[in-house]
Amino acid sequence: MSTGLLYALAGVVLFALGAAGVIVLAHLLRKILAFNVMGSGAFLVLVGLAQRTGVPDPVPQAMVLTGIVVAVAATALALGLARAWHARTGRGTLTEGEDRD
Amino acid sequence: MTEAWLDPAAWLIVLPLLWAGLAFLAGPGRGARLAIVALALQLALALKLAADLTATGARVHAVGGWGAPLGIDLMIDGLSTVLLLLTQVVAVALAVYAQGYFADAHHRREATWFWPLAGFLLAAMNALFLSADLFNLYVTLELLGLAAVGLVAVGGGTAQLAAAMRYLLVSLTASGAYLLGVALVYGAYGTVSIATLGPLVAAQLPLAVWLAAGLMLVGLMAKTALFPFHFWLPPAHGSAPAPVSALLSALVVKASFYLVLRLWLGPFASLGSTAAGLAGALGAAAILWGSWQALRAQRLKQLVAWSTVAQLGYLFLIFPLLTADGLALQAGVLQTVAHGLAKAALFAAAGVLMLATGRDTVEGLAGVAGRVPLTLFAFGLAGITIMGLPPSAGFLAKWLLIDAALESGQWGWILVIIAGGLLAAGYIFRVLRQAFLLAPEESRFHPVPRRLEWMAFVLAAASVLLGLRGAELVALLGITP
Amino acid sequence: MNRLARGVTVGVGVALAVALVVALLELPAAAIHLPGTVAQHLAQSGVEHPVTAVLLNFRGWDTLLEVAVLLLALLTLLTLSGGQAAVAAVEADPLLQGLARKALPLIILMAGYLLWAGAHRPGGAFQAGAVLAAGAVLLQLAGLLPAWAAPGRLLRLGLTLGFLVFLAVAAALLGQGALLQYPPASAGGLILLIEAGLTLSLGLILAGLFLFVTGRRA
Repeated sequence: MSTGLLYALAGVVLFALGAAGVIVLAHLLRKILAFNVMGSGAFLVLVGLAQRTGVPDPVPQAMVLTGIVVAVAATALALGLARAWHARTGRGTLTEGEDRD
Repeated sequence: MTEAWLDPAAWLIVLPLLWAGLAFLAGPGRGARLAIVALALQLALALKLAADLTATGARVHAVGGWGAPLGIDLMIDGLSTVLLLLTQVVAVALAVYAQGYFADAHHRREATWFWPLAGFLLAAMNALFLSADLFNLYVTLELLGLAAVGLVAVGGGTAQLAAAMRYLLVSLTASGAYLLGVALVYGAYGTVSIATLGPLVAAQLPLAVWLAAGLMLVGLMAKTALFPFHFWLPPAHGSAPAPVSALLSALVVKASFYLVLRLWLGPFASLGSTAAGLAGALGAAAILWGSWQALRAQRLKQLVAWSTVAQLGYLFLIFPLLTADGLALQAGVLQTVAHGLAKAALFAAAGVLMLATGRDTVEGLAGVAGRVPLTLFAFGLAGITIMGLPPSAGFLAKWLLIDAALESGQWGWILVIIAGGLLAAGYIFRVLRQAFLLAPEESRFHPVPRRLEWMAFVLAAASVLLGLRGAELVALLGITP
Repeated sequence: MNRLARGVTVGVGVALAVALVVALLELPAAAIHLPGTVAQHLAQSGVEHPVTAVLLNFRGWDTLLEVAVLLLALLTLLTLSGGQAAVAAVEADPLLQGLARKALPLIILMAGYLLWAGAHRPGGAFQAGAVLAAGAVLLQLAGLLPAWAAPGRLLRLGLTLGFLVFLAVAAALLGQGALLQYPPASAGGLILLIEAGLTLSLGLILAGLFLFVTGRRA
């Protein structure tokens, strides 16, 4: 098994973990972190799978750089919204009664 | 053929990016006039694109001059041109509407960064309709999603914040699923160019590509608010300022549907048949559930938003009916255009009614018929399209859909289409009936700028009159590479 | 979320992970191999590093839209903060302030180096911009730079400059036949121009994502 494939395998597990996290976790901060785990998983698959033969491929590397910047922008926006929501309502979750998480 | 530097396809993306940037530079609340002029120009560009397409056929604009698979291609064909035309028409009318709407003292604060956000939203849509590269499409999807979330949040209220947050989480998770699909496709074939992928997918279909197709399509369906992923739509579209609701409901959800259609007809054609029945069933459920919720909604904009959930269902009914004769595809695209125009008109009209009565309830509409008759007429006209009555474009779409169902012998869908039309009549007449009641003694009406009423009327009239010109749209749609 | 829904979600997640692992293990080799194509065209791209060539030339269109995404995120944050006045910087300990003052020239130097290095080795505008932004955040945390209020004209110009320059170059090259179609002879210079603009604007945007939001509730 090549290193690239190993990265890709770790990537799909991280993706599934993160995706389940975004849905199951209640606290907005945890959701946002889970989204980042999910995104990182997809990036690992993109880079790792393309390089599973051992030859470096600059195309997915550039795509992941683009993807990371998009993820930064999305995370900043999500954190800003979560902060504004907390400032307005004093809550860390969207649905009432789940604040214990 | 146009000279290279005048290529309307390129300018349809560059121009909105430019005015979005300049509107931000101009400062808070500025940019309305710039946007309207630029959007009129964009409409001219889209018409030029359609004329060129009819004259010389489908073509590719190879960004960077490299060509796929090394570079990114823009693809100009009938399907993309129809959606570009719809987008520019709706956008220019809504921009004129928004300028008047945000001039109202109560809504001025919402306009702080409305114009640059709207510019980026429209640039993202045009870029999405033209892109023929799966990864580039991911970037346009994110640009579109974040712009839409930003526009939902411009209201600044608690309800808007919650709606924006929920919308953002769905949007990000869905694009994450789409991105993993792109990663798997690149791993399997070594390219993300849609044209290059076609023959490769047809030749060899490993399990990873099945999973990729599933992830991408489910992600896009969530962004299109297909039942059961519809939960984010009514709060987001129902709580945003009226011009924003109109943009989101008329156009933004259509972008992800367009991409589903592109993938379904293009690289994933060989997998389509397995999931077609499921897509149709979810569409049917959306029609019934959305219409039922619209019938029960207390707030006017919630009613219109639930109607969007129902009308989006029709778009997914076409998948089990797609055949070589193209009837179902024509029905789907006509429904996209008809609903785009009619829903923009309904939200524009709802915005006028809210400004006039000062509240957002169906109950509060009593007596409004005498005050803003033109708006109510627009609401009724758009309602004709939503219900699918002749001669509207909505009628044509539903007629073609029934035709396609008859030809393939799938009778069940016809019952759903007819039931959906009856339910739509129910919620449209609920609003009209209330508006014609006598106003209670204590009710006060506020004057509304005339241009708001006119824009609602123009959009509604277009959605009805388009039914008479459906043949031209279908001819344009038929231009494929 | 109730227990059943939770269980179903986790179950679907596990099933998805297992299916994906199986799919990856049996995936045959790809039919198309782009690294060769990239290497073949690298000489005409204007830069020597393949990732930079893909990022700014072969797939420069992605990068242009991605800068728009960043600007958009900033715009939305501005919408949320609604232009409240900046809060005075928090008082910080003198050790941190001294360190931040000493680090600042190094940070700027580092950003300049990364920008220059991007042409032939890992680096480039995004890395340089991120380092500049980190410098601004450090200064804010040290109490040397107040949080930002609604942006004035000059700041707005700085935030959009990189994007507008990139867009202008993309559109100007339409005359060559397509968007972003660099003539090989001037590709290097144009890419450097774009990257220089982006370094400034991305530094400001990334810093803004922190500085426009911070301190409001202090």
